[in-house]
Amino acid sequence: MKNEMELIFDAVSDNESFARVAVAAFLTHLNPTLEEMADIKTAVSEAVTNSIIHGYGNLEGLEPGGEGCPVNPGKVRVCCSLEDGMLHILVEDKGKGIEDVERAMEPLFTTRPELERSGMGFAFMEAFTDELQVESAPGQGTVVRMSKKIGAEDQDAGSGI
Amino acid sequence: MEQITAEDFQVVDSCLIIRMPEEIDHHSAGMICQEADRCLVREEVRNVVFDFVRTRFMDSSGIGIIMGRHRKISCFGGRVYAVHVDRQIQRIFRLSGLNKIVEVLES
Repeated sequence: MKNEMELIFDAVSDNESFARVAVAAFLTHLNPTLEEMADIKTAVSEAVTNSIIHGYGNLEGLEPGGEGCPVNPGKVRVCCSLEDGMLHILVEDKGKGIEDVERAMEPLFTTRPELERSGMGFAFMEAFTDELQVESAPGQGTVVRMSKKIGAEDQDAGSGI
Repeated sequence: MEQITAEDFQVVDSCLIIRMPEEIDHHSAGMICQEADRCLVREEVRNVVFDFVRTRFMDSSGIGIIMGRHRKISCFGGRVYAVHVDRQIQRIFRLSGLNKIVEVLES
């Protein structure tokens, strides 16, 4: 069985919850555990937030068309595909890109300490999924790919349907 | 989504108690930090308690909130505590090493 979906939305912080809830809803029919669901939502939230604040430099608390919101905040694209119980998530932005991907992925590393964030975004994506790949170059935007087996915990007990 | 209000920040016996929102992400974090810092400046606060009774979702933004407040009060000997911490939040605390600076209380 294969299923795919794609979302494109404005890069404003108000859409962070929309993105993670949409991805969670997409995989409900696989009967994920609560933990798997929470893991996916956290990983998506981290990737989308990175695109919004680092890719496009849009600060928090913005609502589409609201005060302080840029006219063209940029777009974030989230694609999901489900195949044989495996969820693949792609989060893409056309923002400023990352100069040193390896360094950006180090826990606690942040280019914007003034935002008082934890620098744990990539560490969380890595911890909460089975596979993480990041492609980026300055001026070229960023593509984050994550994969996670859904239903892996009760694999042995499953009937294979 | 339910927004956090000034009523969710209470100072009792020099302890600031913050009732965290249902969803803690980058979008809700700014408001929590601003309001918490306002209380830290205005009132005599020694310790901060984060109450997660309502919280159903948290990402690494929550870690940033706690680390930031800890930094502000620890130089005066203050401590940070967390109550009503579910399994997922507990995992996030462990993963980020935050369990070294925040003490989880039973309730």
